[in-house]
Amino acid sequence: MIKEFTKGIFKENPLFIIVLGLCPSLAVSTEVINALGMGAGVIFVLLGSNICVSLLKNFIPEKVRIPSYVVIIASFVTIVEMVMEAYAPDLYKNLGIFVSLIVVNCIILGRAEAYASKNKLVHSILDALGMGIGFTLGLLLIAVIREIFGAGTITLFPVKAIGFNGKITLGWLNNYPAKVFAFASGALLVMGYLKAFFTWLEYRFKTLKQIEEKPGKNKEKIKEREEQGI
Amino acid sequence: MTYFAILITFVLIENFILTKFLGLCPFIGVSKKMDSAIGMGFAVIFVMSMASIVTWVVWNFFLVRLHLEFLKTITFILVIAALVQLVEMIIQKISPPLYKALGIYLPLITTNCAVLGIALIAVVDGKIAVVDKKFDVFQSFFAGFSAGVGFLLAIILMSSLREQFETEWIPKPFRGIPIAFITAGLMALAFMAFDQGLLLKLLGGR
Repeated sequence: MIKEFTKGIFKENPLFIIVLGLCPSLAVSTEVINALGMGAGVIFVLLGSNICVSLLKNFIPEKVRIPSYVVIIASFVTIVEMVMEAYAPDLYKNLGIFVSLIVVNCIILGRAEAYASKNKLVHSILDALGMGIGFTLGLLLIAVIREIFGAGTITLFPVKAIGFNGKITLGWLNNYPAKVFAFASGALLVMGYLKAFFTWLEYRFKTLKQIEEKPGKNKEKIKEREEQGI
Repeated sequence: MTYFAILITFVLIENFILTKFLGLCPFIGVSKKMDSAIGMGFAVIFVMSMASIVTWVVWNFFLVRLHLEFLKTITFILVIAALVQLVEMIIQKISPPLYKALGIYLPLITTNCAVLGIALIAVVDGKIAVVDKKFDVFQSFFAGFSAGVGFLLAIILMSSLREQFETEWIPKPFRGIPIAFITAGLMALAFMAFDQGLLLKLLGGR
């Protein structure tokens, strides 16, 4: 049960391991608050669509399943759009067309097709939460890196009670930001290096485990690792 | 002049992949081989041009008149899915060779963010910085076509680079997707040379 939840966060992280749902996500990673907003939207839509698909799985005919899933997803996206426009107009403006583009976020259709249409309600809910949180954490990581280096700030939502205006400014970096992180190319570069880092982590742990299990038989692997400098 | 401005804007200045991240999934997924990249590129041009006409009609004649603007996401995605399906059937009937070339890419295009993106950018917003008026139906068709050309340009550049990578030594963790992202990032950096100032100069000091 717990595995259904945690696999989305680490082992099958949608952004870094299965590399899905990039298009509408990288563009909003310029500020931390945008990433949080996008993440919340995706979690809501993913949860809604997984619940609906899982409940309706026996009623949807095999042949029209993809269009039906798309309609379900699009309805939830419309709800997100309307709620966001009403209660967080600034965020809605910042995210722009990318709120509507949650519809074509491959994770959501992917989970509906690959998981919710085959599994029970509770499992589908856990899967949606895990995947959504994994996605949000991944997006947050990219956004934090891009905003800290690109602008020297961390933008969060303002909290009036403690007089926090919603922006943490990091002195030196704010004066001399590496602007490239804030541009479109920065997102692609950060994504590339992060993906490489996670591949390296996965590879390192996997081969280490194999070498520990059978020390004699893996001499070639050890040699290979040394050659590649891992 | 408007058409020229639209072409330059959508192909170079606001290239969908390299400045807006629309259509990244097929861009990374299908750019391993030159042939399939070109096939995908032409399929995208075709669907995007069609989609921008159809969504323009749906938006201006139905949604705006009936004050149902909030239904845009759900309507557009359905219209695009139906359109892709229809295009697939028509091509299959009329020209089997073309179907053979584009066929496998067409279903993938429904969930291509670039197609929904052009519907939202060229139809709902319907404006670029240097043109004041909203696009009419031909201009939004041309915007869709130009955005498709921009996609083709980017995916051809990318696939020719990735074919080179096969013969080069790359550290293992970077092989495959990561190096593709880094390449795309560097390409995006190069595309930043095209900006509004360039267009204004080309248009002759407006």
